[in-house]
Amino acid sequence: METYTALRQFADSWGLLAMALFFAGVILFTLRPGSKSHANEAAQIPLKED
Amino acid sequence: MNYPLETAALVIGTFLALLGAAYAHDSLFSAHMWVLFLVLGISSIVMLRRVSFAPAGAPRSVPVKSEYFDEVIKYGTIATVFWGVVGFLVGLVVALQLAFPDLNIEPWLNFGRTRPLHTSAVIFAFGGNALIATSFYVVQRTCRARLFGGNLGWFVFWGYQLFIVMAATGYLLGITQGKEYAEPEWYVDIWLTIVWVAYLVVFLGTILMRKEPHIYVANWFYLAFIVTIAMLHIVNNLAMPVSFLGVKSYSAFSGVQDALTQWWYGHNAVGFFLTAGFLGMMYYFIPKQVNRPVYSYRLSIIHFWALIFMYIWAGPHHLHYTALPDWAQTLGMVFSIMLWMPSWGGMINGLMTLSGAWDRIRTDPIVRMMVMAVAFYGMATFEGPMMSVKAVNSLSHYTDWTIGHVHSGALGWNGMITFGAIYFLVPKLWNRNRLYSIQLVNWHFWLATLGIVLYAAVMWVAGIQQGLMWREYDDQGFLVYSFAESVAAMFPYYLLRALGGLMFLAGALIMAFNVTMTILGHERQERTPGVAPAGLQPAE
Repeated sequence: METYTALRQFADSWGLLAMALFFAGVILFTLRPGSKSHANEAAQIPLKED
Repeated sequence: MNYPLETAALVIGTFLALLGAAYAHDSLFSAHMWVLFLVLGISSIVMLRRVSFAPAGAPRSVPVKSEYFDEVIKYGTIATVFWGVVGFLVGLVVALQLAFPDLNIEPWLNFGRTRPLHTSAVIFAFGGNALIATSFYVVQRTCRARLFGGNLGWFVFWGYQLFIVMAATGYLLGITQGKEYAEPEWYVDIWLTIVWVAYLVVFLGTILMRKEPHIYVANWFYLAFIVTIAMLHIVNNLAMPVSFLGVKSYSAFSGVQDALTQWWYGHNAVGFFLTAGFLGMMYYFIPKQVNRPVYSYRLSIIHFWALIFMYIWAGPHHLHYTALPDWAQTLGMVFSIMLWMPSWGGMINGLMTLSGAWDRIRTDPIVRMMVMAVAFYGMATFEGPMMSVKAVNSLSHYTDWTIGHVHSGALGWNGMITFGAIYFLVPKLWNRNRLYSIQLVNWHFWLATLGIVLYAAVMWVAGIQQGLMWREYDDQGFLVYSFAESVAAMFPYYLLRALGGLMFLAGALIMAFNVTMTILGHERQERTPGVAPAGLQPAE
């Protein structure tokens, strides 16, 4: 198979699926229960010193 | 402190530049190497004069190492102000050249050469120095660690200035590879790659050595900016030089592939240089200036991932109605529209950080500047996706509307957030109580804001008029206006645009004065806004 066709096929099948799953996973992980207190702590980092 | 290796490298570099000038394949390369020879030669002399020849074992004055490496950030702050003024000044000249073509002084100061000088000076010199300086400041504070790599930080700063000087002099000499925002030729590109890898090492090294367990979100944005710019720069500049001692090179891509690579680069330079990097500034300096944590930290994480996942696909909207396949154009348009969500999420996050401290907009001109920056971020990221819609683009493309859009983003968002960061940084870095004058910040704010508003509004009118004139047919199917007529119609708008630019430049000059006086240790006696003057008694 031609390189372009092969890459194109991979990009619009498994590549697309992997990226979409990763993206959804990141969003879900950010919004997981219990993440709020962790996030509030992280938000304080710039205000800790100087 | 002595820098024996660095000085030796400079001297060798000077010699190599001389050899390059002597054996050059073409006269432009020779001229450019003479520029390099001069720059490196002067730097060598400066370094040699600073060597202290104390006898072995004698105590040498070693500067105190504070916890943070701030000296290079001071240089970066001054460089940001300096290149800002230069870039805005060239912008004004370019604007006047469009209004009065006689100002095109051949051959070195033609519009074709001064225009990339302006864009590179404001984006890469002003914006780049602001990003390097603030990223060094923010990464040290939020990681609670000294900058990694010791003197490598100095190499990044001075190496980047050398890149700017070589790029700028190259444009004026007429050396360009003709790719917008990527004009420097292959040898300058290679130098930037080396500097950029050093920058990545310094930044990533500091993150890896951090004492704070969590990596603060501003550093994510900065890191995305550094990594992505490295990738974009290398791929878009893949080229084969005609001679290793000549300026000319040929791109590895051709035709529409070259165009798509260029706008994949060009649009992501906007997305990662002018957006992600400056968002790193927003997520640190706004919380610091109002002394409150960011409104929603989790929203900032989602903002980050959504932005980097979507921006990378938006480039094809620069190539609507070209030889690029239709599906690619539509893909670019769809992703541009989806970018509305993360952009406005980020804008709301920045603005809402002020909730409970809204009075600071009235009393603190620096906060006002930052809020205006975020507001312009919102407006520019609304306008951009709208213009990427193919139907709108058929009217707006190639007109001055695009120029207006770019400037509301660059002057409003990038400029204003940088000014805010500089006003925050200067008293901190030089250990001053406060700025020389807060009222001058207020002057800067209003001059800059009114200048941008005038600029953008005038360019809307100009662009839409241009677009309509170009597509005006009479009932027999002939074009009503010749192209020259649409150029002549632009004259009043070009004058007003130059006025807007002049106001913005005036504001930057006020900032340069204010920053200089603060560094020199002066403090102007003035009433703090929002605080009643001391002598007043309540009426009873």
